[in-house]
Amino acid sequence: MTARQRAARREGLAYLAPALLALGALTVYPALWVLWLSLQQRVPIFGIERFEGLTNYLFLAVDARFWNAARVTLGFAAASVALEVVLGVGVALLLQGQRRGRRLALSLLLLAWALPAVVTAKVFEWLYHPAAGLVNYLLGGASLNWLGDPGLALPGLILADVWRTMPFVALLCYARLLSIPADVYEAAQVDGAGRVATLWLITLPLLRRILLIAVLFRTLDALRAFDLMFVLTRGGPAGTTETLTVYAYRSLFQTLQLGFGSAVSVVVFALVMLVAWAYLRALRREGMLA
Amino acid sequence: MIRGRAARRPWLRDLAVLVLLAGYAIPYFWQVVTSVKPEAELLVLPPLLPTRLTGEHYRVVLDESLVPRALWNSLGVSGLTTVLALALGLLAAYALARLPVPAKGLILLGIVAGSAFPQIATVSPLYLLMRALGLRDTWTALVLANTSFALPLIIWLLAGFIREIPEELEQAAALDGAGRLQIFRHVLLPLVAPGAASAALLTFLFSWNEFLFAYTFTATEASRTVPVALALFPGVFEVPWGDIAAASILASLPPILLVVALQPYLVRGLLAGALRE
Repeated sequence: MTARQRAARREGLAYLAPALLALGALTVYPALWVLWLSLQQRVPIFGIERFEGLTNYLFLAVDARFWNAARVTLGFAAASVALEVVLGVGVALLLQGQRRGRRLALSLLLLAWALPAVVTAKVFEWLYHPAAGLVNYLLGGASLNWLGDPGLALPGLILADVWRTMPFVALLCYARLLSIPADVYEAAQVDGAGRVATLWLITLPLLRRILLIAVLFRTLDALRAFDLMFVLTRGGPAGTTETLTVYAYRSLFQTLQLGFGSAVSVVVFALVMLVAWAYLRALRREGMLA
Repeated sequence: MIRGRAARRPWLRDLAVLVLLAGYAIPYFWQVVTSVKPEAELLVLPPLLPTRLTGEHYRVVLDESLVPRALWNSLGVSGLTTVLALALGLLAAYALARLPVPAKGLILLGIVAGSAFPQIATVSPLYLLMRALGLRDTWTALVLANTSFALPLIIWLLAGFIREIPEELEQAAALDGAGRLQIFRHVLLPLVAPGAASAALLTFLFSWNEFLFAYTFTATEASRTVPVALALFPGVFEVPWGDIAAASILASLPPILLVVALQPYLVRGLLAGALRE
């Protein structure tokens, strides 16, 4: 290594140092700390702080509330992502043919995505109002108690989440569709392919890669979602919308069991990292990662 | 796919799509309508539209609630987060894109993994850390937490954007005797500015919308941001739906501005962030 190369390396490290320091102190260190916390019994208000090994995790294994939260989380993620993808592809196909007003169309679409989740929660809380909500009004004066009925709260929550995240999937697919050269479609037309055949044999296969990315990316986000369910339904009624993130938060900051709550959040952490690993593998396999 | 008459009249089809998408945004428009509806008409449907418009809800929110202070906190926290994250991110991205850094592959992998971290996993240690540092209920706590959270994505985006710029320009400047920092400032920075704008927009938006850290680390109006103020919006005897609607509209002004006025940057950043290309 020449002196110049060594100097360049030193410079590179110097430029990287501030960012790595920030990430080390505020992301990596807390991520390790939470693992350590999860092995403790720690209740600050009673001054309890002791190492307990795997006790918290052993308790989780038989904790009905934990398994309920795990089911809610997975159900929420699966339903939400599936609906987003179907709707998102539909909207992308509509946008593909748009000649005028594209920017306006994207503005109307992305509006829902850009709002703070807390605003979305407030918007849907009002839409779902049993007596004066727009949803019940549009259902012909129904008096459904969307957020108070254990059978309706989770579907209501999923709907709100789909509303806010579908635009992202649509945008990804739309961008992919725009990059398909027109002669692909012309060739299909020459070969006598109808619209349905074109859609099934050309457009959707070309979307396969981007959909894989979108599904993994969105699953990751759905598993760690918190704001919407915390504000819209507060995990209720009767725990039907209590996800792992909400359970973790409540254990951490409402019942103030820092150790146990950390164990629940470590589970979320592990789930998300599993999906992130799949995501990275998919990117790499598709040659999208440098 | 719409056929028939629409195929012969493409503008009609375009219009139909716009109407459909406007329909998609109805939940938000409904909140706009609610925010200008007189109190007495709120809980009665029909009629859907108010018989007269009122600014009363906005007046209450602006004069009598903590929302104005929260808007200021949000603006400060998001602005500072964006500046700090962009400064740290640009330097790091430059090093990763252009300089021979040791263990580069590992660092990049760590950065991608870092962008997937769930906030709930780091919120309890960060809370203890902020408390130990005496930073509870300060802007600093939120700026630090948000910056570290936004950094992985920012670095990734910017490194990608820098790689797209041909290296020849920088080499030419180096031959002319310019130092690394001079090249960075005068050659690279102007070229990477549009990409940096995308990254900055996404950071600002993330920080403006962020709830979990803000809800956990703040305690009073000294640092409560808009999402927290909205989540805790007080009602004395009944829920003040009109006031909440007005506060929601105020809280969503910056995101809407981004989507409407700065859309190309936003879209570019979003796509690059998801595809990691």
